[in-house]
Amino acid sequence: MSDKSQVPHELKDNVAVTPWTKLFDPLSPIYNWGRKYSMWPMGFGLACCAIEMMATAAGRYDLSRFGMELMRPSPRQADLMIVSGTVTKKMMPQVVRLYNQMPEPKYVIAMGACATSGGPFKEGYTVVSGVDKFIPVDVYIPGCPPRPEALLQGFLKLFEKIEGQKISTSPWYTKKEFPAIPVPLLGPDLIDLRKVQETRNEQPEASTVPATN
Amino acid sequence: MAEKIVTAPLAQLTPEMVLLKERFGDAIQPAEYEGIVIANDRLLEVAQAIRDDLGYDYLSSLTGVDYFDKGYFETVYHAYSLARGGGPLVFKARTPRDANAAEIPSVVSIWGSAEFQEREAYDMFGIRYTGHPDLRRILTWEGFAGYPLRKDWKEAYYEQDHKPFDSRWPGGHHVPAEERVQFHDNVTVSSETFNVESFTPEAEQLLYSGIIPIPGSGNGHGLHTDSVVVNLGPQHPSTHGVFRLVVRLSGETVEDLKPVMGYLHRNHEKIGERNTFSQNMPFTDRLDYLCSMSNNFGYALAVEKLMAVKPPERTEYIRVIMAELTRVMNHLAFCGFLTNEMGAFFTPFIYAFEERELILDLFEMASGSRMMCNYFRFGGLARDISDEFVQRLRHLVFERLPQKTDEMENLITTNEIVRARAIGVAVLPRAAAISLGAAGPLLRASGVPYDVRKAEPYSIYDRFDFDLVTGTNGDVYDRYLVRIGEIRQSIRILKQALEQLPVGEIQTGKKAYQTRVPAGQAYGRVEAPKGELGFYVVSDGSPNPYRYHVRATCFINLGSLATMARGGKLADAIIGLGSIDTTMGEVDR
Amino acid sequence: MYGLGIAKGMWVTFTHFVDTYVQDAQYLFRSAKYRSSRLPERQGPKTARGLFTVEYPREKLQMTENYRNIPFLVYNSTTGQERCTSCGICAKVCPPQCIWIVRGSDPETKRPKPEPVEFTIDATICMSCGYCAEFCPFDAIKMDQNYEMGTYDRWNDLVLTKDRLMKPDTYHYQIHPSAKDAEAANIAKSEKAKNR
Repeated sequence: MSDKSQVPHELKDNVAVTPWTKLFDPLSPIYNWGRKYSMWPMGFGLACCAIEMMATAAGRYDLSRFGMELMRPSPRQADLMIVSGTVTKKMMPQVVRLYNQMPEPKYVIAMGACATSGGPFKEGYTVVSGVDKFIPVDVYIPGCPPRPEALLQGFLKLFEKIEGQKISTSPWYTKKEFPAIPVPLLGPDLIDLRKVQETRNEQPEASTVPATN
Repeated sequence: MAEKIVTAPLAQLTPEMVLLKERFGDAIQPAEYEGIVIANDRLLEVAQAIRDDLGYDYLSSLTGVDYFDKGYFETVYHAYSLARGGGPLVFKARTPRDANAAEIPSVVSIWGSAEFQEREAYDMFGIRYTGHPDLRRILTWEGFAGYPLRKDWKEAYYEQDHKPFDSRWPGGHHVPAEERVQFHDNVTVSSETFNVESFTPEAEQLLYSGIIPIPGSGNGHGLHTDSVVVNLGPQHPSTHGVFRLVVRLSGETVEDLKPVMGYLHRNHEKIGERNTFSQNMPFTDRLDYLCSMSNNFGYALAVEKLMAVKPPERTEYIRVIMAELTRVMNHLAFCGFLTNEMGAFFTPFIYAFEERELILDLFEMASGSRMMCNYFRFGGLARDISDEFVQRLRHLVFERLPQKTDEMENLITTNEIVRARAIGVAVLPRAAAISLGAAGPLLRASGVPYDVRKAEPYSIYDRFDFDLVTGTNGDVYDRYLVRIGEIRQSIRILKQALEQLPVGEIQTGKKAYQTRVPAGQAYGRVEAPKGELGFYVVSDGSPNPYRYHVRATCFINLGSLATMARGGKLADAIIGLGSIDTTMGEVDR
Repeated sequence: MYGLGIAKGMWVTFTHFVDTYVQDAQYLFRSAKYRSSRLPERQGPKTARGLFTVEYPREKLQMTENYRNIPFLVYNSTTGQERCTSCGICAKVCPPQCIWIVRGSDPETKRPKPEPVEFTIDATICMSCGYCAEFCPFDAIKMDQNYEMGTYDRWNDLVLTKDRLMKPDTYHYQIHPSAKDAEAANIAKSEKAKNR
């Protein structure tokens, strides 16, 4: 109810109508400040970048200064997934499962060359060329491995993004559905089920053909 | 490719090989470059003789090679004698390169370390090892299409057989790899045409069939109980990276355990065949990513054996300095990781990482990067060390590191909780350690005084005065004490190296970006902080290796995990895994 | 006595704890800027004790000269001429093959010209090994030290084309102070190749 036309005529002078944006958006800085300085990463340490992530969490480049020292092992309690290291095809279904299990609002940082694009191992047969092939990534941090300062700068970029979000337009307070990303299958090669669904939608009669092999 | 293969010279038979030939006659033939070829039907007999009569009780490396032009697969075995030390006995077994009938008898019954390595050779080449208890794929997944390391198997992003690729210069317009390929992704099967309904994933069935719960196995207390199979999945805070354990538990007691690896398989060996020799050096950094200098060292040794170059004196000393600094850093970090697993929430870890940061500062000063150093070159080093480096190192080695090691010992060694959780836990008996191919501190803690630096000294280790630290019981506490002892010995070596460091040049010959390596086969091994790290390189005279295999110590050490964990509690199995000190980059390559 | 080992360990932790306040007491009435200016002393091996933290982004550690991140191309700041002759050695020697070069060619004679038409580095593939800088015969490509490259869009920001890679040699000498003398001979060689 954001316009005065719904109010009965006799009450118009006694009723103040405020749109949601005007009501909540002034609170956004505080809301976002609380969120960004208490992010709990799910330290998803896969490979070499995990060691630099641990070094960032250790004494010299302290993550506690940003409120992130609690690296939650469980995705249910985390709101930031730092994919640090090469994502292989064997591991990809678990990455997608973990991403699905994280509650909204959730963010993903692709740390290092391998998580961004497959990195130096891109030509390999079991390497996924970038974790953004399956899950949406917010910040990419290149480097092999990126220095702890580079990871911290990536966090600052993420904080800028969070600062730009407003309560009134935040998708997790609306009735929007967040469908889970279908977990890829490990067949003869990594099978992305979203592409299978796409072709199903295009050719509905194909799905009624029984599997005869 | 046929014109590159010149007739290779046959190996000279050593006296032991002559003994074998006298005993087994025609089943033993000299192979190219080194070693003997054993006929498949008598392989087990000869292997038994090698182990029992000749005393080669330790099978260090087992790898497959695909000789495409000659039409056979070859499995190369490197066996060592722990008591005598010295070089390897190399023997090979061959099988025709037929798609369905490539079979070689399995030597698991003779050397337990063959278990994982034969699975890997099966996974990569398709060689079936008859008699293997559990021949499944290990680095890729069951159902993967094809055998990747075969010469005729091409990956999805395949461009050319060897680097450098022609598409980069002179007409190198940037084309992302995704746009070059039919399916716009790194897959060889189209997701669109894949038939999801008729797909049954076989991997899990095969895995669990070896570890199914025995109904009503009971717990010895007269209660009817079942054991339960639990996955300690690839994402777990205690598994040192992406590693999965399938455990069969009866209550809290581990009845059986199967490790599942391959979640970080980055195709190091296939990429290694596409790279040139010098391009492989930065990739070796990423194997055991905590200790990149040692990996570089092993690879440089292997290729220098083929090239028959020897680096100058100053380089040798700097290499030893870097290797020992890496050892100190790794063992300190180990103390941090182990106590993490025991529940000391990050305190020793943070102290250890503080020292590690100071050592990484030194690495950055010398090589340019904290972790991925890429510092060694064939016959030399990338660049020289400065005087500031030597000054800082002197202070670290003579004052700071001994103090900090004492501090770490004060914190951990006499701590009653650590002692209660580590003494008598995850014991690996001596015989099992030797048979399963355990290496490094894991082997020495079980009472075997074997260290590559003493047994087959490489570089200039024979000039330094240091002791081997061994344990008696083979439990977690002994492995911790062995590593603390090794830190002190490494500091001792560093002091001697600093005193003796000569001035001079650091590179033999001119630095060139194209290295021509003469044809041959070489196995170069170093005592990396985690154990024996070996590189098996086969060259056919071209700028790219023909076959490049890494004898990954953590991979083989994991074979001892089941023996250590059986009968103990689950928490003890986790500590046992921590005490092996694995780095998944090396396990999965 | 049972518990002595734990007590010994707690003493170690206690001394570390007290150490963190020693520096605070030293800098008690000094400003944050003073504390930051003492950063090299706080981080050196002889004097690092207590608080070992580098408070990024307020304090940044000075990189050593050899530090390498992503490469950049050098051009002569006075004449504006690029040092690169598109010889292609960096593209050949790069381990993950992340450098794409289109060699320049003279429009009339169709012979190669020592100047690249296109030079692309995919920074998401680069493994910072430094081979390109090590083997360039003309000192035209060097390793940058800028690590602040986090971005939201990897296709637009991290595929570096020639215009984003070109940086003046004043910047190069600023981050690599000892390079000026070392490169004098090579510069002469490069200029000769260009003027031919």
